[in-house]
Amino acid sequence: MRECLITTKGLSREEIVEVLDHAEEIEKNPTAHYGSQSGKIIGLLFYEPSTRTRMSFEAAIKRLGGDSISMGPVENSSVAKGETLADTVRVVAGYVDAIVLRHPKEGAAKMASGFIDVPLINAGDGAGQHPTQTLLDLYTIRKSAKLDGLNIGVMGDLKYGRTVHSLAHAITKFDSQLNFISPKGLQLPDNVKYDLEKSGTEIYEYTELDDILSTLDILYVTRIQRERFPDEEEYRKVSGQYRINKKTLENAPKHLKIMHPLPRMEEISPEIDETKHAIYIEQAHNGVAVRMALLDLMLKS
Amino acid sequence: MTDKELHISKIENGTVIDHIKAGQCLNVLALLGIDGSDEESVSVVMNFSSSTVGSKDIVKIQNRELNQDELDVLSLISPNVTINIISNYEVSLKHRVQRPEYVVGVLNCPNRNCITNAKEPIESKFNVKDEVISCEYCGTHIEDVTQHLS
Ligand SMILES: Nc1ncnc2c1ncn2[C@@H]1O[C@H](COP(=O)(O)OP(=O)(O)OP(=O)(O)O)[C@@H](O)[C@H]1O
Ligand SMILES: [Mg+2]
Ligand SMILES: [Zn+2]
Repeated sequence: MRECLITTKGLSREEIVEVLDHAEEIEKNPTAHYGSQSGKIIGLLFYEPSTRTRMSFEAAIKRLGGDSISMGPVENSSVAKGETLADTVRVVAGYVDAIVLRHPKEGAAKMASGFIDVPLINAGDGAGQHPTQTLLDLYTIRKSAKLDGLNIGVMGDLKYGRTVHSLAHAITKFDSQLNFISPKGLQLPDNVKYDLEKSGTEIYEYTELDDILSTLDILYVTRIQRERFPDEEEYRKVSGQYRINKKTLENAPKHLKIMHPLPRMEEISPEIDETKHAIYIEQAHNGVAVRMALLDLMLKS
Repeated sequence: MTDKELHISKIENGTVIDHIKAGQCLNVLALLGIDGSDEESVSVVMNFSSSTVGSKDIVKIQNRELNQDELDVLSLISPNVTINIISNYEVSLKHRVQRPEYVVGVLNCPNRNCITNAKEPIESKFNVKDEVISCEYCGTHIEDVTQHLS
C-alpha cells in the first residue's frame, strides 16, 4: 500500500482491490485483527465538522489496538491563532504514526503530505476528493454485486461533491459505466470530466433521472446544498426534482441498489429505508472495516 | 542579419526574443512584467514578415536577462521562440525554450478555494505535460496562461 492516500485518481485497480480484500477478511474474522496495530497512534486533524468519517476512523484504529489523538474544534486550537496547515501537520507528525486530514480547501491534503514523513490520509479536501469514502463505497458495491459490468448512476451535486469526484475516478479502473444526473450548473467540473474521458471512460450526462433509471444497477445519491443556490425558491425547485421516494422508483429495476454517503437531508425519503433498494446504512457501517483495512496496510509498511 | 532587420534598433547588451508567435508579443511583455513603468528600454516588432516563419513578433530588451521561470512560461505562450543574448552588439548566445513538465510559482490558480491561494508556505505548481495546464493541487485547468500570471 502506498504511503499517502490523497486522491483516487492515482490508485490502481490492484491497490483498490487489495484494500477491499483485506476489509473483507477483517469483516469475516474481526477478532483476528484486534491488536494488530497496538501501540500505534493516528492524529485526526479535522478542520471541518464530521461525524461519520471521524468516528469510523476512531473506531477503526481502536479495533486494531491503536489509539487516536485529535486537534478538537478548530476554534480552540492553534489554527484559530493563525497557524498554517503546513506548521500544524509538521508538528503533529512528530506525535503520531499517521495523520488523517479533513480541510475546507482543495489541495490541502496534497500540500500537507509534502511537509511530513508519516503517511497521510485525505479525509476530504474542500470540493476536491474523499478517497476513503470511495473505498467504502466500492466495498459496498462489490458486496451487493460486483465492480465490473455495472451501470452506475450518480446523482445530485456533482460539481462540489468530493465523494462524487473520488468515486468517478475510481470507477474508471473497473469495467462499469458511469451516468451523471444533475441540475444544470451542478454538473461535473470540466477538469474532472477531462480526466475521466482521458482515462478512456465515456461519460453520459442527464438532467432527468427518469431518462436512465430503468437501466441502472446502482444509484448513488448525493446532497444538493442550499448554499449553491442564489435563493430559497430556486433551491426548493431544483432540489425537489432530485428526490427519491416510492413513486420515483416505480420504473426502477427490482435489483437497483441505492447508496448515499450520508448525512442525507431530503434526497431520499424515509419510506425507501424499508425497501430492498436501500443499502446506505450498511454502506456507512462498512466504513469501519474498510478504514481498518486501510490503516492496517498503511501502518504496516 | 539582413539590413531589413537591422533598421529596428541595435542594442549593446540585453536579450532579443525572436520568432514570437505573431500577435503574442504583448503577452510576452506582460509575462516579463514590462509595462513601460521601468527604465528598461524595450522595442517591439509586431507582425514582422519573415521568409522562414511567415509572420512573427520580436521583443528586444536592453540590459535584461531572462530567468528560467520566465523562459518556461514563454514556452507555453509561444513554443518556438528563440532567445538571443546580445553582448557588445553581437549575438553571443542563442537558445530555444523547452516546454517543461511543471511551472512553479509563475501562474496563479484561478480556483480561489485552492490551497495555493491560502496563506501557506507553498508556491503554485502547474502540470503542463499534457495539452491542458492543470493545478497540481486542485486540478483546476487554465485555458489562457496570460490571464493567470502572478
Ligand atoms: N545588437 C543587436 N541589437 C538588436 N537586435 C539584434 C542585435 N543583434 C541581433 N539582433 C536580432 O536578434 C535576432 C537574431 O539575430 P541573428 O543574427 O542570430 O539572426 P538569424 O541568423 O536570423 O537567427 P535565427 O536563425 O535565430 O533566425 C534577429 O532578430 C536580429 O535582428
Ligand atoms: Mg532569423
Ligand atoms: Zn489550484
